[in-house]
Amino acid sequence: MAGISAIGAYIPRLRLSRKLMTEANAWFNPGLKPYGKGERAVANWDEDVVTMAVEVARGVLGKTAGTGPGAIYLASTTAPFAVRQNAGIVAEALGAAGALRTMDVGASQRAGTTALLAAFDTALARKQRVLVLAGEKRHSPAGSVQEMTSGDAAVAVLVEEGDGIARLVAQRSTSVDFVDHYRAQGREFDYGWEERWIREEGYLKLVPPVIAGVLVDAGVSADAIHHFCMPCTLSRVPQAVAKKAGIADDRVRGNLDGVCGDTGAAHALLMLAQVLETAKPGERILVIGFGQGVDALLFEVTAGIDKARPDTVASSLAARKELASYSRFLAFNDLVKLERGLRAEADKQTPLTTLYRNRDMILGLVGGRCERCGTIQFPKAAICVNPACGASGSQVDQPFADFHGRIQTWSADQLTYCPDPPAHYGMVQFDEGGRMTVDFTDVDVGAVDVGMPMRMVFRIKEVDSQRGFVRYFWKAAPVSAAIAA
Amino acid sequence: MATGIRDKVAILGMGCSKFGERWESNAEDLMVEAYTEALSDAGIETKQIEAAWLSTAFEDIHVGKSGVPLAMALRLPYIPVTRVENFCASGSEALRGATYAVASGACDIALALGVEKLKDTGYGGLPQRSRGALNSMYWANVSAPGNFAQIASAYRAKHGVGKEDLKRAMAHISVKSHDNASLNPKAHLRNKVTEDQVLNAPMVSEPLGLFDCCGVSDGAACAIVTTPEIARSLGKKDLVSIKAMQLSVSNGTEAQHNSWDGSYFMTARIAAGRAYAEAGVKRPRDEISLVEAHDCFSITELVTMEDLQLSPEGGAVRDIMDGFYDRDGKLPCQIDGGLKCFGHPIGASGLRMTYELYLQLLGRAGARQRAKNPVRGLVHNLGGFPNQNVCSITILGQHGA
Repeated sequence: MAGISAIGAYIPRLRLSRKLMTEANAWFNPGLKPYGKGERAVANWDEDVVTMAVEVARGVLGKTAGTGPGAIYLASTTAPFAVRQNAGIVAEALGAAGALRTMDVGASQRAGTTALLAAFDTALARKQRVLVLAGEKRHSPAGSVQEMTSGDAAVAVLVEEGDGIARLVAQRSTSVDFVDHYRAQGREFDYGWEERWIREEGYLKLVPPVIAGVLVDAGVSADAIHHFCMPCTLSRVPQAVAKKAGIADDRVRGNLDGVCGDTGAAHALLMLAQVLETAKPGERILVIGFGQGVDALLFEVTAGIDKARPDTVASSLAARKELASYSRFLAFNDLVKLERGLRAEADKQTPLTTLYRNRDMILGLVGGRCERCGTIQFPKAAICVNPACGASGSQVDQPFADFHGRIQTWSADQLTYCPDPPAHYGMVQFDEGGRMTVDFTDVDVGAVDVGMPMRMVFRIKEVDSQRGFVRYFWKAAPVSAAIAA
Repeated sequence: MATGIRDKVAILGMGCSKFGERWESNAEDLMVEAYTEALSDAGIETKQIEAAWLSTAFEDIHVGKSGVPLAMALRLPYIPVTRVENFCASGSEALRGATYAVASGACDIALALGVEKLKDTGYGGLPQRSRGALNSMYWANVSAPGNFAQIASAYRAKHGVGKEDLKRAMAHISVKSHDNASLNPKAHLRNKVTEDQVLNAPMVSEPLGLFDCCGVSDGAACAIVTTPEIARSLGKKDLVSIKAMQLSVSNGTEAQHNSWDGSYFMTARIAAGRAYAEAGVKRPRDEISLVEAHDCFSITELVTMEDLQLSPEGGAVRDIMDGFYDRDGKLPCQIDGGLKCFGHPIGASGLRMTYELYLQLLGRAGARQRAKNPVRGLVHNLGGFPNQNVCSITILGQHGA
C-alpha cells in the first residue's frame, strides 16, 4: 500500500480580474461577458512551470523529515523546454540532482494524474519516495475563452509506501483519442472544438464507466464518495457526470474557478490538495483526470491527516495581489508586441559550458563556508573573503536557498531593462551569514526599505529571446509574500 | 622603502576636447583635438614622446582594442603604446602609467590620453555591455544609477537622514555643478538649473532623479608628463607636479563579507589615506584647495566628501547645504562642472579632472578661475559599483608645495 504523505500548492500571488479582461475585449467579442466573474491566478513575468514547481516542491519537502525523493516527475503541457528535461532543472534547484530518477510527463491535460499514478507504481516497486510536480503557465490567445477560464499554479505531491495522509485505494485508466483540443509541435496555442460536443461525447460518455470500474475495484458504492474532484471549465459538467455515476451533487467539489482558474494538467491535483485541507479521516476522494482518456484515482483519507494537515491552497489564495492591468498581463505573457527599447536588445546568450560548471551555484544557490573561520560567503571561492582569515582551499558547500535575510541596500531602477519596471534589487544580508546583491521579486513599488525581511526564490533571470533559452537564478522576495513556511 | 611619487613628475602640457554630443566627430578626431592642445601647451614635437598610454572603457563601440588606435590617430613614432581599462578610473590609470614611466627613469617624456565616444549607441545612459559569462548569470540586473542609488539607502539608514533632507542636499550638488559648468566653454551641459527642477525631475533609480545623474558624453583629454628638471629645461617656470597617485581595488569584502555597511566607499577611504600620506597632507580639509570628485551621481559626491576626510562622517549634508563646496566656498568641488555637467566620457574623465586642476593651479581657468590660485588639488575617480569598485586618487599641486 502506498499513500500521499504530503501535498502542497503554489498559486502565484498575482490575480487578474476577469471583469477587466472581458471589458478589454468586449468591443470584439461581447460573448465573453458571461466569463467576466471572479479572478484568475497569473504567474509573475519571472515565473514559469519550472520555477513554480521548485517553489511548491520546496514547501512540501521542507515540511517532510527523512530521506529525499528517489524520483521527481514533472507534469505539464507548458513546460519551458521541449528538449532539456524540465524535471532535471527542478532537481538541480532543489539540490536533489544526482542519483535520482527524473521524468517529464506532458502532451495531455491528463498528465498530472498520469504522473501521480506512475509515482504510486514507482513508490511501490522501488520502495522510494516519489515527488510528483504538476504545473502550468497557461498560454492562450488574447481575448479567448481559455484566457478567461485558465490560471497558473503548481502542485507537489509526495508519494511513498504506507498510508500517509491519504492512501490510494483503487485506480483505473482508459485511453481514447478524443481530441477536445490539441496543440501541434511548434504551435503557440491550443486549438479547440465545440463545447457541447466535448460535454456530450467527452466527459459524459467517457468518464462514468471509469468511475464505475474504480468503485468495483474498491468494493464501494457511489454514495461512499465524499469528495468528487473533476477539473472541467464547462458549466455544470462535473455535476452532470457525478449524477450519471450516482454521486450526489453535494459531493462535487468546486474547481477554484472564481479564485484561480483552471490550471490544466495541474488542476486535478490542485483540487485534491484543496480537499485535503479540510477532509476528515475515513473520507473518500475521487479524482478524475480527463484528456485523451480518463484517469480515476480513489483515495481514502487516513488518520495521518490530523498530524500533517496541508494548508497551502488556502494560504496562497490568501496571499493575493491584484494585477490591475490587462495590458501588463498581455506583456508578461508575450501576447503583445511591446516596444521594449534598445536596452532589451543586448545579447543574452548563455555559455552552456559555464552554466554546467557552475550549476550548483547558479541553479542550486550553493555558496561556501570556510572551515577555518566559519565565514559563510557567496560565491564559494578558492580563498576565504574574511580579511582576518584568507585561508586557501578551506571552503565546503553551503546552500543559501533556505536562508533568510534583510535588505541592507536597495533601489528601484527605471533605466535598466526589466520586463516589469522598476527593477528592484539590492544587497541582502543573511541572518545565517553571508550576503549578496540580488534582484528582488514580488515586491510592491513604495513598499521596499532597508531592514525588510527577505527569503530566496528560484526565478527566471533572463530570457534569451534570440535563442529561446531561459536563464534561471535566485531572487529575494519579501517573507510576507511567501507561502507559509 | 618606497618614497612615493611626490614631486618626481611634472605635467608638461595638457589638452582637453570639447565634451558633449559630438555627433560630427569620431573618437580619433577627439583624440587629436585633445592632443593638439596638449602638444602645443607642452611646446614639444610628437617625436619627443617616448611612451604612451591610452585609456578607453567602451572601446568596442568606438576605437576597438589595443594601443594601436592611439598610435594611428597621433602618428606616434612606433613607441610603446598600452591601452588601459579600469572602469571609470581608466583615465587616471593612463596618467599613472605615464607618470610611473617617467618616475622610473625609463623615459623622459610620456603621454596619457583618454577618450570615449559614447553617443553612438542609439539610446541614453551608458552602453549595455557584458559583465562576464558567470557574472551575467548571478549579478543583479543593475544599471549604473541603480548601483549608486544603493549607497543612498544605506547612508540614510546609518545616519538617520530623512529622505527629503538627503534629496535636497543631492539637489544642491547638481544645481552647483550646472552653475559651475555655465562658466566652462568646454562643458557638455552649460544650462543653469533650479533646486525645484532637480527635485521634480523624473526618477531614474530611486532616489536618483534625472539631474542626480551625470552626463554621458563624447570627449578626450590628454597629459604629457616629464621630470621637473626636463620641464624647466624646456622653459617651464610654474610647475604643476604630481604629489600622489593611489589606487584601491575591492577584493570582495564589500560584496561578500558582512563587515561593510553599504553607506560609504571602502576603496576611497583606503586610497585617500594612502594618497594623503604620499603627498604629505596632514589635514585634508585645510590643505586641499580644490577637489574634482567622481560625481557620477549626486549621492556619490556627497558620500565621497566624507570618504576623502573633507567632511566629518555624517557631516556632508551640512557642509553641502552650507556652501562649503560651492565655487565661492572654502573648498570648491567640481569647479568645472564635474562629471555631472562637464561630462563623463569614461576613458577621458580622470584626465579631464586633472586638466581642470592643472589650469586652476596655473591660474589659466578663465571665468571660473579661483581668485587665489590653489596650492593643491585632488582628483578622485571611482569605477564599478559601490560593492566592488576601483578608486583612484591623484593629488597634484604647485611644485615643491
